[in-house]
Amino acid sequence: MDLAFISKYAQLYAQAAKLTVILAAAGIALSLVIGLVCSLIRYYRLPLLKSLARAYIEMSRNTPLMIQLFFLYYGLPRAGLRLESVTCAIIGLAFLGGGYMAEAFRGGLEAVSRVQVEAGLSVGLSRPQLVRYVILPQAFAVAVPAITANTIFLMKETSVFSIIALADLVYVFKDLVREGHSNENNLLLVLFYLIIILPVSLFFAYLERRVRRAGFGA
Amino acid sequence: MSTAQPVLRIRDLHKKYDRLEVLHGISLDVPRGRVLVVIGPSGCGKSTLLRCINGLEAIESGDIELNGESISSGKTRWNLVRQKIGMVFQSYDLFPHMTVMGNILLGPLKAQGRDRREVTREAEQLLDRVGLLDRKDSYPRQLSGGQKQRVAIVRALCMNPEIMLFDEVTASLDPEMVREVLDVMLGLAERGMTMLIVTHEMAFARAVADKIIFMDQGVIVESAPPNVFFENPVSDRARRFLNIFQFDGVKKEEQPHVES
Ligand SMILES: Nc1ncnc2c1ncn2[C@@H]1O[C@H](COP(=O)(O)OP(=O)(O)O)[C@@H](O)[C@H]1O
Ligand SMILES: [Mg+2]
Repeated sequence: MDLAFISKYAQLYAQAAKLTVILAAAGIALSLVIGLVCSLIRYYRLPLLKSLARAYIEMSRNTPLMIQLFFLYYGLPRAGLRLESVTCAIIGLAFLGGGYMAEAFRGGLEAVSRVQVEAGLSVGLSRPQLVRYVILPQAFAVAVPAITANTIFLMKETSVFSIIALADLVYVFKDLVREGHSNENNLLLVLFYLIIILPVSLFFAYLERRVRRAGFGA
Repeated sequence: MSTAQPVLRIRDLHKKYDRLEVLHGISLDVPRGRVLVVIGPSGCGKSTLLRCINGLEAIESGDIELNGESISSGKTRWNLVRQKIGMVFQSYDLFPHMTVMGNILLGPLKAQGRDRREVTREAEQLLDRVGLLDRKDSYPRQLSGGQKQRVAIVRALCMNPEIMLFDEVTASLDPEMVREVLDVMLGLAERGMTMLIVTHEMAFARAVADKIIFMDQGVIVESAPPNVFFENPVSDRARRFLNIFQFDGVKKEEQPHVES
């Protein structure tokens, strides 16, 4: 074990991890917003918009992130739209994640019973109030496990960012491979992915327990 | 009889589910401070009637007026109308993610925009009246069925409604919990609350009602004061219905009691 290597390059990895976390956080936050909007459009069966949402969900879930990134980073400039690689990464991740999050929220929304909706209406809530205070909290509690799985999936998907020249963990790894390092390098890569993903898993496990305790289940 | 305007006035109400006509021209008045009890066989349209009144179902034709204002004109702002109509359902429908207090305050605070301190005080008084003040921070899953229904009643009352609608609110309860809920409703009647109650509890109906409405197959067959209706029902259908609740003695004689 080459401890000198590890201490020398851990710094590099830490920087890459920071970039990965920032991009992932932005992309996932956006994907939650997109997913929520799409799922509500489908829940309320808004004409026209619901077909668009449906088409988007299918497209986002059935194309690889790598291809979406290629399109954003190499394709769009030919049409005259040049985006920073950071911007491409966030948009790409949000585009991919939005479809998955929409399905997660939809599952939650469908689990909210008709009786609950009618109880909310009966106390005089307007539609937006009903969504805000009755439907979403219950839908969210049901959707948390799916949202958790999606979040972790999206964090892992960030590993393709290096193809659009972003200095993420895989990018650092490849760089060091080119310089001929192997075992310690592999270890660092795995370690740093664990460091960024494990806390997310733990946080969501905690969140799941909390929403369940706040009134659901037996 | 007074000629004052009724709180609720229904004229020739028709309702269909697809092609199934469920209500064939219902007309009734609920005067202020009066209690009307609707009884009738399962599937005759009692729930549908209540659901039409607070806009959970669209109607085909007819007119519904609340305090003299039509609420069936098509441009009804239902969220405003429903603030004046308290509805309690058969199924426990408390919001599971909110405490008892959260359930009660939601409508007054968010829908009616009232002052939190004032509503909290009112909610506590109402909870005290139904004997549940000590459960105000509990979640619905921590309550018994009877307690949940009492909270649901308080939730509706705290909106200060013009009229309360009850749809078989004791039908899913274990027998020992029925009484505590019915007592709350009797208390409301004593305080002059205007109510339209659907129930299968005949003794309760008789005790609480100013008028019994007997429905069958989507029409009002009979409408009479409770003692008249229960003692001298006019129609065959009402007599047959009431017979369901009668038991003739079947034991010929007292069986000797055997100790084992
Ligand atoms: N949402 C619905 N769609 C179609 N038919 C319904 C619906 N709700 C009730 N019905 C029918 O309408 C009739 C009246 O139902 P309901 O009002 O629930 O009766 P009650 O409350 O008197 O038992 C029944 O035949 C029932 O099957
Ligand atoms: Mg019914």
